[in-house]
Amino acid sequence: MAEITYREALRLALHDAMVEDESIFVLGEEVGRYGGAYGVTKGLIDKLGPERLLDTPISEPAIIGAAIGAAMSGMRPVAELMYVDFIGMTMDQLGNQAAKIRYMFGGQIGVPMVLRTQGGTGRSAGAQHSQSLEAFVMHTPGLRLAMPATVGDAYHLLRQSLTKPDPVVFIEHKSLYAMKEDVDLAEEPLPWGKAAVRRRGKDVVIITYSRQVQFVMRAAGALAGQGIEATVIDLRTLNPLDFETVREEVEKVGKAVVVSEAVLTCGVAAELAARISEECFDYLTDPVVRIAGEDCPISVSAELEAGSIPSAELIEETVMRLVA
Amino acid sequence: MAKKAATRKSGASKTPPAKKTLASKTAAGRRPARSNAPALTKEEELYAYREMLLIRRFEEKAGQMYGMGLIGGFCHLYIGQEAVVTGIHMASKEGDASITGYRDHGHMLVAGIDPNGVMAELTGRASGLSKGKGGSMHMFSKEKNFYGGNGIVGAQVSLGTGLAFAYKYRGEDNVSLTYFGDGASNQGQVYESFNMAKLWDLPVVYIIENNKYAMGTSLERASAMTDLSQRGASFDIPGEKVDGMDVRYVHEAAARAIAHARSGKGPYILEMLTYRYRGHSMSDPAKYRSKDEVQTMRSEHDPIEQVKQRILSEKHASEDDLKQIEKEVRAIVTQAADFATNAPEPDISELWTDITIQAGS
Repeated sequence: MAEITYREALRLALHDAMVEDESIFVLGEEVGRYGGAYGVTKGLIDKLGPERLLDTPISEPAIIGAAIGAAMSGMRPVAELMYVDFIGMTMDQLGNQAAKIRYMFGGQIGVPMVLRTQGGTGRSAGAQHSQSLEAFVMHTPGLRLAMPATVGDAYHLLRQSLTKPDPVVFIEHKSLYAMKEDVDLAEEPLPWGKAAVRRRGKDVVIITYSRQVQFVMRAAGALAGQGIEATVIDLRTLNPLDFETVREEVEKVGKAVVVSEAVLTCGVAAELAARISEECFDYLTDPVVRIAGEDCPISVSAELEAGSIPSAELIEETVMRLVA
Repeated sequence: MAKKAATRKSGASKTPPAKKTLASKTAAGRRPARSNAPALTKEEELYAYREMLLIRRFEEKAGQMYGMGLIGGFCHLYIGQEAVVTGIHMASKEGDASITGYRDHGHMLVAGIDPNGVMAELTGRASGLSKGKGGSMHMFSKEKNFYGGNGIVGAQVSLGTGLAFAYKYRGEDNVSLTYFGDGASNQGQVYESFNMAKLWDLPVVYIIENNKYAMGTSLERASAMTDLSQRGASFDIPGEKVDGMDVRYVHEAAARAIAHARSGKGPYILEMLTYRYRGHSMSDPAKYRSKDEVQTMRSEHDPIEQVKQRILSEKHASEDDLKQIEKEVRAIVTQAADFATNAPEPDISELWTDITIQAGS
């Protein structure tokens, strides 16, 4: 066991994978000498060399496009997009190229690349640098999507992503980088595509992912103090989506809450709520509840920023009302 | 470095005087005296001094306030680059639009936007220019035709081209001053915009503030061709390199470029050779360049010091007069800081305002 940060776990995953697999290289803005805008790749250039940690110009479409081309020819690029908010600049490369190539070419070729990026609030980074845009990705068949919430998953999901035959969008959360946990990285991880049940209870199932797992766990702890026991599911990957675990747990309990930092409308929470309602209807005692970001851009003001996403208190109160 | 304006089209104006670039220094490390340097009037020199000093002191205060935790998120300081926006502004006229990226505080101050409102936006307060919603990178002033900072590298270039289109469409006599950095000059939409701007001869001046580093990556490490003034060559857009540390050269080149654009001849590119003294943002310790490099720029090319020395040697003003200006500038900045520290936080109800215009209106 060792106490490491989410950031260090990601760095270690890149390092270990790159040592094992020569076809992996990292390209992006400031990933080499600077060590990444959030320090994830710091020091890797010294160990692995500038030919495997490529500092690129500020040219997002070309970064992602070049990664796709290299992946088509058998490389395994890790392209870093400094902020997920810049994904719009690469939407053709990602949505029309990476996501479609296997299908359009009748399965002859794939794009085994990882697009590493980060999103979310918590640093007063404002409207163009704080969004949670996972729905853009989840809405595009052909793309895998991983969003680690824990230090262990930061390591294991990235390692697993770097073995996948299809493009994986890997979205880290900027407010988790400094989070520390005691982890044993030698321990067998959960399989790719399997959700983690972080806590079990008889009263309600709360389904979430990324940083909201931390908020939900805090809320579940507070609820336990008031006699309400919650099951907490951390989805870990949104594509593949482990709906089987969700179904199993919801059918046991009959009450489901979905929590997401992204805006409410047409978000991941909406998709999950719809699917639970359709597929678990007979087992539900109450309508599925969504707790998500406000339908507004993110402000730089710390108060407005915090007010625009679910808090542990809001989750606690909402679950109380549902269960009471 | 090349110093000619190779692709300038006919009729722009007379050939500009040969310029020394920042790289050309004597063995002693000082630039030679330039007898053919363009001159500014006494009033212009004093104006430039005051404006640049205001930007410098404002940015220093913003840096301090960031360190104290009063400003969060992003904060990109303009210190070192003051001559660029000041000289361009001096050559522009009422109604001309400006738009830039995230290093935008200086552009707002020189446009005459209230420093209190700018600083209060940096602290994310209700009295800020964007009500605390935008922050350092996202401020706007309709009154001053300032169309914002932008957080997406290069995104302002296509918007600035659209501003120029609107002027031409409406038959107005204004130009769009579209600023971006050496980093943005490698973004694709910059070239799509260049093509349209020349195709339609739009009144836009593209000002590339080449401060040598795109975040931590030097121009040489990111650009196959580093003469950014020639980036418009394949679209037949004239361009020139300018000493962006000397407000006289900035002003002179800007006047030429703006006249070109305003006269209907289409876009013009000015590559401003400049330098930022601080890191890319407050979280950047700027370890990718040497202390010597920064020190040399500060001691030998400082834009404010250059104007100051000229003012004194030409006897446009005395040391005491300049101290008085400094005092006034400091008072403005202190007041802005106090205002921004004490202004109220936005109300939580502001989450749902300004997203769209309310239905029915």
